[in-house]
Amino acid sequence: MKTAVKSDAKSASKNASKNAAKSEAKSAGRTGRSNRAVRTPGGLSVRLDVRALTVVILLLLAALAASVVLIGTGDFPISAGDVLKTLAGDGNAGQEFIVNELRLPRVLVGLLVGASLGLGGALFQALSRNPLGSPDILGLGQGATAGALVVIVLLSGSATQVTVGALAGGLATGLAIYLLAWKRGVHGYRLVLVGIGMSAIMTAVNGYLLTKADLVDAARAVVWMTGSLSGRDWAQVWPLLALCAVLVPLVLANARGLRMMEMGDDVSYALGVRVERVRLLLMLAAVLLTAAATAAAGPVSFVALTAPQLARRLTRSPGPNLLPSLCMGAALLVTADWISQRVFGADQMPVGVVTGVLGGVYLLWLLVTERKAGRI
Amino acid sequence: MLVDSPPEQRADSVSAPPTRRALRAVGLLVSVLILVVVAMASIAIGAKQLSMGEVWHGLFESSGTYGDVVVGDRISRTVLGLLAGAALGLAGAVLQALTRNPLADPGLLGINAGASAAVVTAITFFGVTSLSGYVWFAFLGAAAVGAMVWFLGGSRGATPVRLALAGTAISAALYGYLQAVMIMDNAALNKMRFWTVGSLTSATDSTIKQVLPFLVVGMVLALALARPLNAMEMGDDTAKALGANLNRTRVLSMLAATVLCGAATAACGPIVFVGLMVPHVVRSFTGPDLRWILPYAAVLSPVLLLGADVLGRIVARPSELQVGIVTAILGGPVFIFLVRRRRTAQL
Repeated sequence: MKTAVKSDAKSASKNASKNAAKSEAKSAGRTGRSNRAVRTPGGLSVRLDVRALTVVILLLLAALAASVVLIGTGDFPISAGDVLKTLAGDGNAGQEFIVNELRLPRVLVGLLVGASLGLGGALFQALSRNPLGSPDILGLGQGATAGALVVIVLLSGSATQVTVGALAGGLATGLAIYLLAWKRGVHGYRLVLVGIGMSAIMTAVNGYLLTKADLVDAARAVVWMTGSLSGRDWAQVWPLLALCAVLVPLVLANARGLRMMEMGDDVSYALGVRVERVRLLLMLAAVLLTAAATAAAGPVSFVALTAPQLARRLTRSPGPNLLPSLCMGAALLVTADWISQRVFGADQMPVGVVTGVLGGVYLLWLLVTERKAGRI
Repeated sequence: MLVDSPPEQRADSVSAPPTRRALRAVGLLVSVLILVVVAMASIAIGAKQLSMGEVWHGLFESSGTYGDVVVGDRISRTVLGLLAGAALGLAGAVLQALTRNPLADPGLLGINAGASAAVVTAITFFGVTSLSGYVWFAFLGAAAVGAMVWFLGGSRGATPVRLALAGTAISAALYGYLQAVMIMDNAALNKMRFWTVGSLTSATDSTIKQVLPFLVVGMVLALALARPLNAMEMGDDTAKALGANLNRTRVLSMLAATVLCGAATAACGPIVFVGLMVPHVVRSFTGPDLRWILPYAAVLSPVLLLGADVLGRIVARPSELQVGIVTAILGGPVFIFLVRRRRTAQL
């Protein structure tokens, strides 16, 4: 396992230097960590963390491979080669219908939801400076759930109405947390405490709604609360894709400021980061990402909490690890969906059941091996 | 990563001036009085309203009147509320000190997840249907997960973050299992949706007898840990230099927290917010000294729990709202208000 990773790292670094050759790359001397500085003739330079880059590439490949296999899985199995052919546009009519109309949108929703949750989780953990500060714990997931449960239990609404309810609930909760935590700036610690207060209130509201529902509505609510991808179509893909297309670059552009903010507000202010503006921007982005993902697939449990931790352990790099978390979230969700389809049969078990088990066990395994290797 | 305050801030209260100490002692006394009042209210208020005279009669001169029977029923419920509240408050305070994380609560170390998974297993696979039948399952589940978190989270060289992460990871896996069972088995869902909100209605003398020994041992252990945990709060290195035995303190704290939360959860279901909120509130006026935080938490947590239980009986009369729901809906806004008003008292 270790040697494999190492040889991959070597080949990836080869690729990286190949790409950089255009701009006359010179690698800085190897430090303890495998960082490389790429300098352009124009005087601009970028520091590349080779290990993090490798992890991102491998996770992306894993997510895409799992997606192809997932598209081929179901009551009507299609081989991976045929899936690729159909996606390229030369499949037969039946396969084209199944792939493009039924399964591709579902997989895309899975990838986007996973990516949004992974990125949102990484942002919240960095902003609250707490490894447990995920949107689940801060009450966003519960807020969205409350919105959805009101629609399911009190109004017996349609799937679309549930989505709208969840979105409204998530955004309202996010706004409430920010406003309540605001007091001449939003302090990370106060944000977390207000968040857990909101989370407790919302959890209680959800518990109350569940005890008041009749059993059929309660069963529907539990499936929604677990997080499921079944029956998702293009109508869910486009809004989510548009949101990610706007927010992901915006977030990544502010990643430097976020990394400095981990040193504390005063230090980062002195280093030229507009702390409050960056924090508001990133929090807004994280709330939007999480609320949209939750509205599309339900509060898929623990992706936002575990994906950044898993990514951090794979890259072994400090800092928010935004891109690796994003890729990890996507890979985790799609792989979990594939496992749930294989183990329980098509559409029997919502994906959230498996993400919890998969993410939890994987995180445990990493913790144990880390201890054996003597790393913290 | 963790929210830490520099050790200098904590040191001041260790040698608090005598007046402040006296003030805190008086405060504790007042808290105990409030608790007594709330406990009396818990016996008097309900679907059948009793006067204080009737409560007195039922408690000390019971002669089998209708009022006396009602008092007898409500006593066990009140006693369970007292015990479970104190247990949750103490466990929360110990866990927050142990993990040095303000988010630490019984849910964090997987204890709720363990108890819930065990209860759903009991319902679905062993056909247990009575509330008192859940108790042993819930307790065993909580204890097993507590032990697992300890060993996987790094028995040797456990750090706060690792413990918290191990607890989170195990919770994730167990909740996956829990949800899978609830989706497949509607009967289990029907029972679990009432169990998971947490309520004191399961209180009978036998339930209390089942959990009492564990609660007493856990409480004594938790209170005895105040000094070693004080040392640990200054950071591992400083604590070591001061001669604290880090690993022993960690094992004992985990043990105390697991036993307390496990027993309380077994009897009432997972009531999360009490253990989370009360230590924060207490810390805002006692400062970071655990020798004060722990007793205050043990007294004020039952005030919150019983108060919420009484309120749940008043607002939904003649039926009632589960105490777990009222605690959070009532406590949440108060908590947010306190967080905003006070200068944040850090761990």
